[in-house]
Amino acid sequence: MTQVTYTVKLGKLSSLTNVPTHYCAGCEHGILTRLIAAAIDDLGVREKTVMIDSVGCSVLAYNYFNCDHIVAAHGRAPAVAAGLKRVHPELMIFSVQGDGDAASIGLLELIYAAKRSTPITVFLMNNAIYGMTGGQMAPTTLEGQVTTTTPFGRDVHLTGTELDASKLVAAIDGAAYVKRVSLAVQEISSQRGKVYTIKNILDAKKSIENAFKVQALGGFAFVEVLGTCSINWKMPILEAKSFVNEKMVKKFPVGLYKDTFGVEKQ
Amino acid sequence: MGGNRVYLKGNEALAYGALEAGLNAYFAYPITPSSEIPETLAKEFGNKKYPEYKFFLQAASELEAINMVIGAASGGARAMTATSSPGFSLKQEGLSYAACMELPLLVVDVCRAGPGLGNLGPEQGDYFQGTKGGGHGNYRLIVLAPATVQEMALLPRLGFDLAFKYRNPTLILSDAFTGQLKEDVEFPEFTPEHYDVSGWATTGAKGRSPHVLNSLELDYQKHFKHIGRMYEKYKRAQENEVRFEDYHTEDAETVIVAFGIASRIVKGAVNRLRSKGTRVGLFRPITLWPFPQTHLRTLASRGKRFLVVELNTGQMLEDVKLAVGDGVTVDFLGKWGGVVPTEAEIVNKVRRLEVVAV
Repeated sequence: MTQVTYTVKLGKLSSLTNVPTHYCAGCEHGILTRLIAAAIDDLGVREKTVMIDSVGCSVLAYNYFNCDHIVAAHGRAPAVAAGLKRVHPELMIFSVQGDGDAASIGLLELIYAAKRSTPITVFLMNNAIYGMTGGQMAPTTLEGQVTTTTPFGRDVHLTGTELDASKLVAAIDGAAYVKRVSLAVQEISSQRGKVYTIKNILDAKKSIENAFKVQALGGFAFVEVLGTCSINWKMPILEAKSFVNEKMVKKFPVGLYKDTFGVEKQ
Repeated sequence: MGGNRVYLKGNEALAYGALEAGLNAYFAYPITPSSEIPETLAKEFGNKKYPEYKFFLQAASELEAINMVIGAASGGARAMTATSSPGFSLKQEGLSYAACMELPLLVVDVCRAGPGLGNLGPEQGDYFQGTKGGGHGNYRLIVLAPATVQEMALLPRLGFDLAFKYRNPTLILSDAFTGQLKEDVEFPEFTPEHYDVSGWATTGAKGRSPHVLNSLELDYQKHFKHIGRMYEKYKRAQENEVRFEDYHTEDAETVIVAFGIASRIVKGAVNRLRSKGTRVGLFRPITLWPFPQTHLRTLASRGKRFLVVELNTGQMLEDVKLAVGDGVTVDFLGKWGGVVPTEAEIVNKVRRLEVVAV
């Protein structure tokens, strides 16, 4: 068995403020926040980073990331990012968007930012639901999944099938880096009862760093993050984590979808 | 251009005017009858004469364009987009956000006939949408109305100036006629005023605390105060930025109020009427917002009667009525749907008013 060494920075990150996040217990947004901040710290780019906050659960991210922010209208973050990047190409610009924001109301902005190889980084949190507005159907809601607007389960004949954002973005010529990761802890078999691994979370940190590196190389980078919404899914936290690793990954397989610059090999 | 006399279409003049005003970035979606603006700016991109002109992009939608302008303006750039009425409706979301985020940016609406697709003829039917906010929430745009190709060339200077001075979106509300009209124009030498954006622009938090450009405020009291501050700013604009043209109103018994292309037809009618001894004048608001309310009130207090001529069903008419108050005659002559009134129609209307008054 090969030994993999991970370095995890503990304590205060300069890219984070001291404000506690508002994210619910079990939500991966907090983990994503920490990982992005760690990547910005490690790359040493905080002072030239601008975050474009989107409408959804991450809309209050300007309270947490210690960098400049523009809070965009629902779905428009990639367009705002593109406008800023064109007049300030020296900046490192990223957005964190939900599945509703990036894959529904803002699909055009996402696709065209990729299409033009806009050097920005987009993180999409796919938790298969509209979290902030109280649990309505998202473009990524699984077939049969119950939400407040699909009370009898998602009927794909009426609403279409689950939108695979990574596959879609990877199909765009201009996208340079497309990766799907899961931030839900994984249960592993053990003789000592239930044991969970965070290997996928540590791997995700590397992907996030790569997504910034691709931007620095002049490419469009996209990382889709699978996460839970135990509150709106109405599931205990650990059950929700299993739902991601057992059900969601079947529709949304994790892995590398595109790496034009070969940053994963470096 | 710099000082030379050139023969240009209104839309071309506006594009060159924006370049002379120090335009940094242009993003837009093509729409008739405004498309000569992006066409001219595409052609001039890379011209060493305009070293400040850094970026041109045809966006995939009106929404994308206005949000790119928002991004560029957030970085402190002089950013602009141009559109025509159906596209202007789509800009409203972005303008509402930009006003709340206090972003300086310039939007041009080469107004055509509406509602819906309407047609490509001239209209002034976007007066309400331009001057009353247009998007959701409490805000105003600064609105400038050019009546000549020369003003199409010069108003971008004032537009950017006011946008940065007040940190608010400015709208140049033109029309299909003025946009397509060809006239001689001059571009007097001009050095754009420098505005310090270092206190708010999102250029990276190096050696300072982060800048957050945001329209979200969940604390109601704080939001109440923020909008209140915006309205104090608007009050200052109302006190200091009103611009209008006064043409023979001094001795006039009838003052015709008209803006943009309508005012030019009115001017012809005024000349014809005055040559026959009729005491009539033209009052032309150049800033549609802030509206020259007090100046109209002063004219009303001197016992004048008013005729409002617009290429719509009576939109500025409401502001004129508000300005002059009760007990003052305010008549209306409107044409819409791409139809333009003739000088003769305006002359006849004034003569009928005179008969009624006698």
